Amino acid sequence: MKKVEAIIREEKLEPVRVALEGIGVYGMTVAEVSGRGREKGIPLQWRSGEYRVEFLPKVKIEVVVLDEDLSRTLNAIVSKARTGERGDGKIFVMPVEHAIRIRTGDRDDNAV
Amino acid sequence: MSSGDTAWILMSTALVMLMTPGLALFYAGMVRKKNVLSTMMMSFAILGVIGVLWVLYGYTLSFGPDKGGIIGGLDWIGLRNVGQDPSSTYATTVPHLAFMMYQGMFAIITVALMTGAVVERIKFSSLLIFSVLWFTLIYCPVAHWVWGSGGWLAKLGALDFAGGTVVHITAGVSAMALALVLGPRKGFTEKHPMEPANIPMVALGAALLWFGWFGFNAGSALTSGGLAANAFVATNTAACTAAITWMSLGWIHRRPSLLGVATGAVVGLVAITPAAGFVNPLAAIPIGMVAAAISFYVMMWRSRQKVDESLDVWACHGMGGTWGALATGVFASVAVNSAGAAGLIYGSGILLAKQAAAVGVVWVVAFAGTWVLAKAVNAVVGLRVKQEEEVVGLDISQHGERAYGGL
Repeated sequence: MKKVEAIIREEKLEPVRVALEGIGVYGMTVAEVSGRGREKGIPLQWRSGEYRVEFLPKVKIEVVVLDEDLSRTLNAIVSKARTGERGDGKIFVMPVEHAIRIRTGDRDDNAV
Repeated sequence: MSSGDTAWILMSTALVMLMTPGLALFYAGMVRKKNVLSTMMMSFAILGVIGVLWVLYGYTLSFGPDKGGIIGGLDWIGLRNVGQDPSSTYATTVPHLAFMMYQGMFAIITVALMTGAVVERIKFSSLLIFSVLWFTLIYCPVAHWVWGSGGWLAKLGALDFAGGTVVHITAGVSAMALALVLGPRKGFTEKHPMEPANIPMVALGAALLWFGWFGFNAGSALTSGGLAANAFVATNTAACTAAITWMSLGWIHRRPSLLGVATGAVVGLVAITPAAGFVNPLAAIPIGMVAAAISFYVMMWRSRQKVDESLDVWACHGMGGTWGALATGVFASVAVNSAGAAGLIYGSGILLAKQAAAVGVVWVVAFAGTWVLAKAVNAVVGLRVKQEEEVVGLDISQHGERAYGGL
């Protein structure tokens, strides 16, 4: 099992969700987050003049998949979340030791 | 006694009252979210405190029978001799109590206006002490000089229809002095980002201020008739002109922002305040336009000076009020109000000179008086919260509350 943490543009959440559903990945946890990468902050309008915002709004998707589904999952996210501009985000993949479905008590591969 | 006038003054009193909660929203939307409640609390607490002090002694100090042009006597202390019958001196067609309460709302908002300079770092208890002293020693005398029967600036012939000098210059200039004594917010000099918590709240606050301002300016006619209508039209026209002027200036520099339109509207309202019942309504267009330009660039200049007069009370109210007072000396017309005088465009520079003199006096008194009071309060009880309290935010550290709850 692998956990995929994808930090993407807010407006890409819906295309990514549809693409993941298309390959059978339904479950996910989504959070509104703030962050910064190479695009750094942006200036916003104060009453006269500007102020800088150093962290920009992004969406973080967390999804846990079976090892054999990993590459399809990554491809789906990358292909739908990319614009080619700075600020498209990042994906991190990490191993998962255990998974448990709370309702049934199913464990690991059966719980994903 | 006129029932029409009485109805209008009671209504206007309620309108001006609503401006102080409006101001609370206007200011609170511009601070960081950890200080939203504390910023609103300042206006609400002042509404309470000054509301009581006004009936106890503020009204008589400001409007009581004149003592040497400097201060009102104590004849009306605790509303003694202020009853249901009209005063023989002020607003003689409405109950004296109605006039008294109407004026009280001006005193309240003037004190509340200053709080914009000191948000996010002033100790709440010290703010209350300062507010009581400032109200007693600066607001009441200046209100008497300009509006009190026998007040020396009134006798000089300086005009202030609804409070450009009494309200906006005193609050704006005092705000700057208070901010200078208090010092900048932690992180201000290092240019840490300070993002406004809620701009829709600022817009709602500006809308309530605009709405209440019809009571402020048109109510200052003290009668329900043609002069009130003149002031009403001038007020709205100035707000509209200044809003779109500010929007355009923002656009030239980058983008037209809602924060800018809201600020512009307020600045236009400030500037027309002293003039509304003395000038032709169309004079509101140049008055609003110039007001927005002055405040816009003064605000930009102020932020480059590393002076943390946080919400620009000085740039908006001090400068807007100053321009409005001087513009009254330019545009005033006796055809609009026979109790006024002819301004520069009607061939006489005398009124403009008187306006400039009143502006100068009030600037000096407000700045010096506030500086001394602020230093004194700072020396005795300290004006600032502790550094840890500032970091955690005043909502928690001063009031034990948070604006936005859990799940």
